[in-house]
Amino acid sequence: MIHYWRDYQKEIAEDEFFYVRSCIRQNFFPGAENLFIDILRNKLGKKVFEDADHTTCTGIGYHSDIVPIETTMTVIARQFALMKERGYRNLVISCVTSFGLYSEILDLWKHDPALKTKIEGYLSEATGRSFDEPANMVHASDILYKFRYEIAEQAVNRLVNNETGLPLRVVDHIGCHYAKTFPERGIGGSEFPQVLTGLIKAWGGETVDYPERRHCCGFGFRQYILQSSRGYSISHSRTKLESMMPYEPDLIVANCPGCAMFLDRWQYTLEETDGSVYGPGRTKIPVVTHEELAGLVLGYDPWEIGLQTHQVPVEGLLDKIGIRYDPEKKYADRQGKLIGDTVAVTAIV
Amino acid sequence: MESVSQQIKSDPRYPEACQSCMNCGVCTAICPAAGYYSYDPRMIMNLVTEGDNAMLTEIMSEDVIWYCGQCMSCKPRCPRGNIPGVVIQILRMVSQRNGLFVRSAMGREQLAVKRSIGHNILETGYCIHPTRVNPAMHPEQGPVWAWMSDNADEVYGRFDSNYNREGPGNMRKINRKSLDELDRIFEVTGCKKLWDTIESESEKRIDGRFTKYD
Repeated sequence: MIHYWRDYQKEIAEDEFFYVRSCIRQNFFPGAENLFIDILRNKLGKKVFEDADHTTCTGIGYHSDIVPIETTMTVIARQFALMKERGYRNLVISCVTSFGLYSEILDLWKHDPALKTKIEGYLSEATGRSFDEPANMVHASDILYKFRYEIAEQAVNRLVNNETGLPLRVVDHIGCHYAKTFPERGIGGSEFPQVLTGLIKAWGGETVDYPERRHCCGFGFRQYILQSSRGYSISHSRTKLESMMPYEPDLIVANCPGCAMFLDRWQYTLEETDGSVYGPGRTKIPVVTHEELAGLVLGYDPWEIGLQTHQVPVEGLLDKIGIRYDPEKKYADRQGKLIGDTVAVTAIV
Repeated sequence: MESVSQQIKSDPRYPEACQSCMNCGVCTAICPAAGYYSYDPRMIMNLVTEGDNAMLTEIMSEDVIWYCGQCMSCKPRCPRGNIPGVVIQILRMVSQRNGLFVRSAMGREQLAVKRSIGHNILETGYCIHPTRVNPAMHPEQGPVWAWMSDNADEVYGRFDSNYNREGPGNMRKINRKSLDELDRIFEVTGCKKLWDTIESESEKRIDGRFTKYD
């Protein structure tokens, strides 16, 4: 166990990043990862390489127990091999499940070097490739944390209520596999969750500390994947939402794509089920990812970064911050033509 | 053949996951699954540490090992640095390799997980894909997801012109060479063998050859 703030410090590389994408983030927040890359390249002047050859890390399959650890290790070793072949050493991981899994694998190899040798053999036999471990390995939210003040200097918007001048009240939800599997690899771990709080404070908001702040969103891997146990998932999101409700949060920010998706979707389902809503004034609480939060602060158009792909409407939040948006473009393509039939779009609204 | 206890202890994760449990119960106190199911990870750690093959076979034949949600909330709280969530993963793997999973209702669902997430991985290169999260099977995803899924080319194409095409980008098409390498890795590392076991044991179960304690 670790007990002190100093134990949670981690080295975050300055530049030259090899980026691996997330299955869930790409699926449910299709604007978020390109936004992250754009911020790094065009706002912070960093070099980011995205490899077309990388695949899923198998994380959802691994944690729902249909992929053995040796298989997952070899798939991840292949990602390391691609990074080596491209001449990069600093790995940035979009997905929190992946981040936990990459960390687990490096830890297992550290304790059992013969296991690493075995995986080197598997990778060579299956692909002819060889790999080096990353010199530096972080989650994408770590990068935004490191450069939070540089982003604040370029801020177009601040996390402040436009009418009252008061800081927005922000719930930070840190993915379990970022904070709990290897707490010393996450800024503050689960005891002193700082990675998102650092962003919120640097950009003008305040963090809501509520009793179930560290509770899992409820994904549960097989628990959600299978309809028969999906009640597990919604129950845990409900536990969190009920716990944060008295603090009247203006928004939720999550660094894990699954958590962001569930805290968003389950608010819809809970309202459909029994009429429950958890935000102030019988509204739902908008949920954004760390990239999207940075994008709003930096003045990106909400519909260009994909906020229309969230089930909980974000307009209330945009109004509070004072961000202008064109309602006509929300469900439109880049040429302004409505995507899908009018009936379906009307059903969303 | 190794006993189930030996199989559990020979998993490469076991030395880190189960070092010296003192049965304090902190894992159960923090466990989200224990608040939802009748589930007690402390009891599981106790049984695994004791290594009683009959008892281990029994729990690996029951729903109880499938209750964990894999959040790993147990890990930072354990005063001995154990990881009950990883011990559960080991039990689930040994249960499947020995055909015990088909004796419980939740264990039998592994066939559905294999045929959905597993096949997604080898056929698309992703654990999940916009074309494979059917809104009819996921009403909880709401009307926005239905809109995204029904108009995937236009919605995803709005954010990345490389959607479903080869090359880098959001939800790009994973190229054939990468998929072939993934397939070969699954063969060489034993995942295909596991999947064959899941299929064949499930088939036997459908034939009615097993009862709960045979």
